[in-house]
Amino acid sequence: MLAYLNGGMVVFYLLSVCILACAVLLINLRKVIYMALALGGIFLGCAAVYFLVGAEFVGVAQLLVYAGAITILIMFAIMLTNHEAMEPALRWTWRQVAAAAAAVLLCAVLLWTIRSTVWPPSPADVDLNQGNSNPVAVGIMLFRDYAVPFELVSLLLIVGLVGAVILARERKEEDE
Amino acid sequence: MAYFPIPTGSLLALGAILFCIGLYGALTKRNLIIVLVSVELMLNAANINLVVFSRLGLNPGLNGQVFALFTITVAAAEIAVGLALLLAVFRLRKTSDVNDLNENKN
Repeated sequence: MLAYLNGGMVVFYLLSVCILACAVLLINLRKVIYMALALGGIFLGCAAVYFLVGAEFVGVAQLLVYAGAITILIMFAIMLTNHEAMEPALRWTWRQVAAAAAAVLLCAVLLWTIRSTVWPPSPADVDLNQGNSNPVAVGIMLFRDYAVPFELVSLLLIVGLVGAVILARERKEEDE
Repeated sequence: MAYFPIPTGSLLALGAILFCIGLYGALTKRNLIIVLVSVELMLNAANINLVVFSRLGLNPGLNGQVFALFTITVAAAEIAVGLALLLAVFRLRKTSDVNDLNENKN
């Protein structure tokens, strides 16, 4: 078993422990701003996992969009609303119990399914990137096979961001 | 490109556990921002699965990674609109607690 354990797997399990520790912190911390920090930790860990499985471009996008933009945006939102907000201490109301039971049940079912499925060993000799580096291969794929969805998603982004600005701006007197 | 053969089951298990933690957070947290954050956590878990699955199958390719990129884009748009709605609600009601926003309660 020990020979089976290579360096990548050791790094992966350490990263998983970090990610899950940050996630548990996110659930257990009570000050909202600390929760946003824990979220940043989770996103950084996931980016490292992407690098580890060879998806470099997705990892960099994760770093830029999630760990950079979204975490900072959430911190801005917390600061603009009541930044002293605290989650109430954990009380086991029926609602909490039901949510915890549902989450644990779903987790158990998922893990049992993953465990009982025989996954084919990922072929190590297949080059996913077809000789290019990963960003080049992803770019070729995006602009050749997924050109229309790519344009649509840019449209979605511009609509979303303009809509966000319109929703969030201060209402003037003459608008009302 | 360095590629370390990590067992598929372990990666999927990481995604599953992250998803369930996000689900628990989305169901129980009181602050609207934290509910949004938990939804982001669930999207992130799905992204991990997409990237892992892109290596499997009859003809492994980069489709899963491209899907993950699209998901990241949609998640960015979602969080921008969600936080804008949150700011608008906060300006109107002076609260970001989901229980105070429940109109059906009384």
